Amino acid sequence: MTDNRFFNRSELIGILVLAVFLVVVLPLSLDVFRLNLVAKYLTYAFVALGLVICWGYGGILSLGQGVFFGLGGYCMAMFLKLEASSVENTKIQSTPGIPDFMDWNQITALPFFWKPFNSLTFTIAAIILVPGIFALIIGTAMFKRRVGGTYFAIITQAVAAIMTILIVGQQGYTGGINGMTDLRTLKGWDIRPDHAKIVLYFFEVGCLLVCIMIAQFVRHSKLGRILVAMREKEDRVRFSGYSVANFKIFAFCIAAVFAAIGGAMFALNVGFMSPSFVGIVPSIEMVIYTAVGGRLSILGAIYGTLLVNFAKTSLSETFPELWLFGLGGLFIAVVLAFPNGLAGIWGDYVQPRIDRLIASRKSKPDGWTDSSVADGAPAE
Amino acid sequence: MFGDYSLGDLGSIFVMQGFAGLILFSVYVLMALGLAIIFGQMGVINMAHGEFMILGAYVTWMTSNLFQTYMPSLFGGYFFLAMILAFVASGALGMLVEWALIRHLYKRPLDTLLATWGLSLMLQQAYRSVFGAREVGVELPQWMLGSLHVTDSIEVPINGVFVMGLTALITIAVAYVMFRSRWGRQVRAVVQNRVMAGAVGINTEKVDRYTFGLGCGIAGIAGSAFTMIGSTGPTSGQLYIVDTFLVVVFGGAASLLGTIASAFSISQTQSTLEFFMSGSMAKVLTLLAVVGILMLRPQGLFALKVRK
Repeated sequence: MTDNRFFNRSELIGILVLAVFLVVVLPLSLDVFRLNLVAKYLTYAFVALGLVICWGYGGILSLGQGVFFGLGGYCMAMFLKLEASSVENTKIQSTPGIPDFMDWNQITALPFFWKPFNSLTFTIAAIILVPGIFALIIGTAMFKRRVGGTYFAIITQAVAAIMTILIVGQQGYTGGINGMTDLRTLKGWDIRPDHAKIVLYFFEVGCLLVCIMIAQFVRHSKLGRILVAMREKEDRVRFSGYSVANFKIFAFCIAAVFAAIGGAMFALNVGFMSPSFVGIVPSIEMVIYTAVGGRLSILGAIYGTLLVNFAKTSLSETFPELWLFGLGGLFIAVVLAFPNGLAGIWGDYVQPRIDRLIASRKSKPDGWTDSSVADGAPAE
Repeated sequence: MFGDYSLGDLGSIFVMQGFAGLILFSVYVLMALGLAIIFGQMGVINMAHGEFMILGAYVTWMTSNLFQTYMPSLFGGYFFLAMILAFVASGALGMLVEWALIRHLYKRPLDTLLATWGLSLMLQQAYRSVFGAREVGVELPQWMLGSLHVTDSIEVPINGVFVMGLTALITIAVAYVMFRSRWGRQVRAVVQNRVMAGAVGINTEKVDRYTFGLGCGIAGIAGSAFTMIGSTGPTSGQLYIVDTFLVVVFGGAASLLGTIASAFSISQTQSTLEFFMSGSMAKVLTLLAVVGILMLRPQGLFALKVRK
């Protein structure tokens, strides 16, 4: 396995450790409530994973990932909401059979764009395709005209703002500021009780591991190398005959689709979807998960997401005032002192020691060639 | 859509909505001026710009309270002192931030964005801890209340006129400083070619610090003017930051004239649309139009032709 195209040895170990941690350690050590919290955090890990490819490797900072998270989440929530508002469930409304918030807003028939969401197949396709095509349009418009860097960040941020205002403003069609609440069943299977939460958690972890594999594949393929080359010296890649714009569009689209899968998982695991996960603030928070974990590290992004969210939950439970100071300080510290985040710290300080330890055991008979062996030994 | 109104009514509506748009325009220009200096000249994305503005607003609020308690006789003129204090406070904080944070990140513009976002979160929380989460409003002096009756159906509020006059004055001052003074010439030299500017003896670090300070100071004045037309809360700044960035980008980042033109077109579009549909849809349409135009013309309205 050591010379496999998708992993080297240490990456394989890393993924296995993560898998064991998520599949065995967490479910055994946490109660269902906490496990559901982890499931909620992991939905952001999808976004962070996409950002590693798009921002870490491609150098494209998108401040609008919340838009794609929201698109995926709303697609899923629309399906669940339609199932929850069957005619029997909504007898008391003036128009039975439509979601409750539409009834409150004097809408009497299901809008045309809601109708296809009666089908689960269509919904799953929409979760992937709607954000993907949206990202394709934005990406094509921007990258073909060589807009990048800070301009791209600002424009994606504006898109996030537009999306939030639109969702909040069109209450009758989207549920407004409260979002879509009271989601009950998936094809007749109740998603609310504890055992369903556990099943959904494992399903989510499975999806996450698949996404990690895809990210690994992208990273180790030729495509990933071109992305890195592009980030470092865009002009040279262009002069070498590659279409820089197409690679950027691809990276942006894959990040968007990952974010959308995360959003759909959010609607399933948490049981509602609201515009507070779409706008500018959550989008930037998702960037910080990636930055804390290490923008170049696929696994780091996931640990970073879990860590920041655990810190957020526990700090804002006990000291609500301190949390914003903490988060703000974290932004500044990560940017100034640890640009490569947790993964950077691991790679710079922890990994060499472990390598040295292993190397020194192996070379015990020689006794004193420690450092020279350690220098040559690292697995990467 | 127009059927219910007579021609005269419609004229008055357009004038009054146009005037409401002009007030919005003034706030945009004041905020965007500071940002245009920082982003356009230095290439730094300052996400905490809104918080610098709010600092100015809080300084104004404190000054007005001070005058009300200790010098009620001079209350009519407190605003002028408040404005200067707001400029100094925001400018000083800006220079401190430049020294502690920004100067390490000039080569990594995307990272400045994240770091200043962190700064904005901390400042918001600081405001919340110091001034409370509730919005505060300043009491306007007597002469700023009321409105001018231009015709029977058209009236314009005096505070709005005052804010617009102030905006015009500050814009002229900034244009003078940037394009006529020795210091402005240094700033532009550093922007165009940092190494060369350093070689001819300009202290580029000092120029950077003062430029950033000036941009933040103008944000402080914007906040001061903002208190004349709205109330201030810890998160008010965040509401304007995206709009302001769009104004600057839409106008063409390095052009002051472009910034003013784009602030004018964006604010007029929004306030005219607001009359015909809900506020949120007006905003969505305006932002969509701006984003759409930016996709067709990424360099903005007024782009300087520079050889890179």
